[in-house]
Amino acid sequence: MIDRIYKRLTLHIDGFLMGCLLLTLLLGLFVLYSASGESSARIFAQLTNISVALLVMWLAANIPPQHLERIALPLYLLGLLLLLGVALFGEITNGARRWLDLGVARIQPSELMKIAVPMMLAWYFAKREESLRLTDYAIAAIFLAIPAAFILKQPDLGTTLLILGSGIFVIYLAGFSWKLIIAIAVGATALAPLLWTMLHDYQRRRIIILFDPHQDPLGAGYHTIQANIAIGSGGLAGKGWLNGTQSQLDFIPERTTDFILAVFGEEFGLLGNLLLLLLFTLIIGRGLVIAAQAQSTFCRLLAGSISLTFFTYAFVNIGMVSGILPVVGVPLPLISYGGTSLVTLMLGFGILMSIQTHKKLVAT
Amino acid sequence: MRARSELKNYRQESYHFRIRLAIAAVFVLFCFGILAARLFYLQMSKHEHYHTLAENNRISLVPIVPNRGLIFDKNGVVLAHNFFVYTLEITPARVKNLEETINQLGELVEIGPLDRKRFKKILSESQEFESVPLRTHLNEAEAARFAVNRYRFPGVEIKSRLFRHYPQGALGSHLVGYIGRINDKDLINLKESGELSNYKGSDHIGKTGLEQYYESVLHGKTGFKQVETDSGGHAVRVLSSTPPVPGDNLILSVDSKLQKIGEDAFGERRGALVAIQPKTGEVLAYVSMPTFDSNLFVGGIDTENWKALNESLDKPLINRPLRGIYPPGSTFKPFVALAGLEAGRRAPPFSINDPGFFTLPGNTHRYRDWKPQGHGVVDMRKAITISCDTFFYGLAHEMGIHAMTDFVRHFGFGQRSGIDISGELEGLLPTPEWKKRRWNQPWYPGETVIFGIGQGYMLATPMQLAQATAIFANNGVAMKPHLVTGIQEASSGTVRPVEHVVTDRIELKPENVEIVRKGMEDVTLPGGTAVAVGAGAPYTVAAKTGTAQVVGIKQGEKYDASKLDERHRDHALFIAYAPADDPQIALAIIVENGGSGGSVAGPIARKVMDYYLLGKEPAESTPATPLALPEAAIAPASTEEHAHD
Repeated sequence: MIDRIYKRLTLHIDGFLMGCLLLTLLLGLFVLYSASGESSARIFAQLTNISVALLVMWLAANIPPQHLERIALPLYLLGLLLLLGVALFGEITNGARRWLDLGVARIQPSELMKIAVPMMLAWYFAKREESLRLTDYAIAAIFLAIPAAFILKQPDLGTTLLILGSGIFVIYLAGFSWKLIIAIAVGATALAPLLWTMLHDYQRRRIIILFDPHQDPLGAGYHTIQANIAIGSGGLAGKGWLNGTQSQLDFIPERTTDFILAVFGEEFGLLGNLLLLLLFTLIIGRGLVIAAQAQSTFCRLLAGSISLTFFTYAFVNIGMVSGILPVVGVPLPLISYGGTSLVTLMLGFGILMSIQTHKKLVAT
Repeated sequence: MRARSELKNYRQESYHFRIRLAIAAVFVLFCFGILAARLFYLQMSKHEHYHTLAENNRISLVPIVPNRGLIFDKNGVVLAHNFFVYTLEITPARVKNLEETINQLGELVEIGPLDRKRFKKILSESQEFESVPLRTHLNEAEAARFAVNRYRFPGVEIKSRLFRHYPQGALGSHLVGYIGRINDKDLINLKESGELSNYKGSDHIGKTGLEQYYESVLHGKTGFKQVETDSGGHAVRVLSSTPPVPGDNLILSVDSKLQKIGEDAFGERRGALVAIQPKTGEVLAYVSMPTFDSNLFVGGIDTENWKALNESLDKPLINRPLRGIYPPGSTFKPFVALAGLEAGRRAPPFSINDPGFFTLPGNTHRYRDWKPQGHGVVDMRKAITISCDTFFYGLAHEMGIHAMTDFVRHFGFGQRSGIDISGELEGLLPTPEWKKRRWNQPWYPGETVIFGIGQGYMLATPMQLAQATAIFANNGVAMKPHLVTGIQEASSGTVRPVEHVVTDRIELKPENVEIVRKGMEDVTLPGGTAVAVGAGAPYTVAAKTGTAQVVGIKQGEKYDASKLDERHRDHALFIAYAPADDPQIALAIIVENGGSGGSVAGPIARKVMDYYLLGKEPAESTPATPLALPEAAIAPASTEEHAHD
């Protein structure tokens, strides 16, 4: 009996991916306990978040990809509508307009778009598969640009980057011409100095500080500098769990959310960091394998995009906390405290599992 | 057929897709490689660097300011002590908008315009990261109100600070002095003396008076504690600590009651009084009038009060006993007299017949006596008693300037007394060499003549006059004057007495001393210039009056006090010691623009001596005596104008 329930529960779960995810989540709980000043309340809250996220993942894993393909367009349109609603009636918290109060619940439509945009683009390319032309890439770019513009306006730079990334990955995987990719890259490089000369002094200064935090050590650069000190002082093996002085003494801002890697790096050292990078690599790798084995264009593109977006998450966060990328609000996936992004992430992994476990047997 | 092509198509597409995926995978690995390299750089290559930074972040040395030593008078009356007050302080570097923060604080705690002004003044003198007091003396309610709202004000803190307080207020403010905030000049001095590290955490330092002179004794030794701090600088826990050593207490020879009697005796007048125990050099009273409230300076004086004090015509900030320089006038005569006697001149029965003036041989210029018709037959003793100018003109001329200056220098004229307060002026004992150096002019015989009556270039501080009187009273044995008699260790209470130091022993013939003393005793007896001082006193007083002119009187002109502006009237001088046969107190008084020494300065001396010798307090309702007219018009010959404070 229990055996059967277990079988039913794990029917659409990818064992390897699940193992990596659970390991990472568990690691996250340990770091969070330290970063929150040994707050068990925080741990319980995060456990709740994880439970909800796992449930969402399980549900997604059990929905066949064909259903997802069918709801791609309506979901995208709904997302756009909600984004419009946010722009018009949204609540302002912390200087940004991100939330929409629907009466029954407050939702953050930009999170929904993290999944809806790649689904929409994957759906579109799958539909146009037979007669794919350059204009289709342009149309896809517009599908991508509209929600990105809304979210950038909120403003939410981190989410905008992630959504742009997820869309661009779909376009890339759908076979966008290498020539054009190179042409665009060369063009952007050429245009950059021209744009630079058009900026005001204060705008330039902001960009400079974005890339060189030491120019403003007490202001914008403070976070990065303190995070670097924490990570650097961790050394090879770290100061040990709960023993990071920088973390425990409140030198690291946002230490349970965006900057949690600083706490992790200080207490677990380079070895801990490499372990985390390994787990992330395994998760991404598994995602790419699932994409490679997927049977429809929609599934391939969506699985590839979800995996590479997860990579973007990890790369941008670790890059900004370790001081090689400007500070934009991107959490460390699966580790940072918070429910919203975790649910979205796990929804994506649920979709990956669904794609992997709903394959029809194809005669070879 | 169609299925085949689809399948082929599918395969081909799948192949292209996989190529792209593989490229993406390489890209992912490349990016993660960059991250790994960066983390390796931070955690391995630069580990030492960040490790040091982290330690510095974490552990800071917090100074523990020692309690400043207290100052007690002779009888244990507290002249300076400390108490804790709550101050509201701002660290400018941690506050974004100062003005706005102050306005918001103003809603919780009363912040007056004076507080703002003082804050701005201190702010302009401090560094960005220093904590600057905005309001002092917060009451409990205000402190509590702020504490509740503290989270709204990063960079603003309530501190409990030791505040210096002078319970006697304006009493003896020049003597006690005051402490003030450490400024750049103080920092340089501390650096040079190697004391800078001992002042970490201290923000006040002695600025004047005993507070300044005994700074190293009063300050104590700063303690330190090693604390682990968070990024806000808040201490999380103490790792180790070295307790501070409190400063030592000072015990003075001054009796605050005597000091008060002295100050009160001046009333509204300006001037100075120094009283010394001649046998020990202990200073009994140190009066500089007008005084000011030392407490004004402790928290940083505000502009208005500073302006009022600094620009007042009465110049209350000048430490007159040490920095007021005056021509000693006739109070100088006893020392010239002794110089003459010791040189074998004018010994009894020598006498002159005073016509009321003196002329140099071959010159018609008349050096007039204060009494135009002359004093008749005058010998040395009488010359002192009646302050006969003619007698001393002749003596001075005969002796010559060097013989006189060489002799009186031993009495402390022209040099610092060495009292334990800084800033003492040397005064001036003029010689032809000095004049050549200073003015590049020759010395005229007439200048020697008027030197005999303490006029001309001669300048002395009240301290020097008191010290000279004390040396004379002590038969030529010079004791170093000092205000502090004992230094008390705060923790144990043991007192280290300050030794009495003999600085000079002048060989004097007793019979010469006797002649001068008799002359000075007669001054306070009927027929002398200060009869009132001795009248009814159960002890004998040896004294000498004097007058120092403020504006020059031309030849043939008469000094008429009533026609002169008050501030142009003569300064009244007075020196005395008592009891004459066994001196216990020697003093010098100057009353600026007071007119005559005997009638104005004399009564002040009497009150001080009565209290010191008899324990007698003056009647409470002493009306401030109006400026008395001199009983006699003095006509010194000098046409010099003297610089006065």
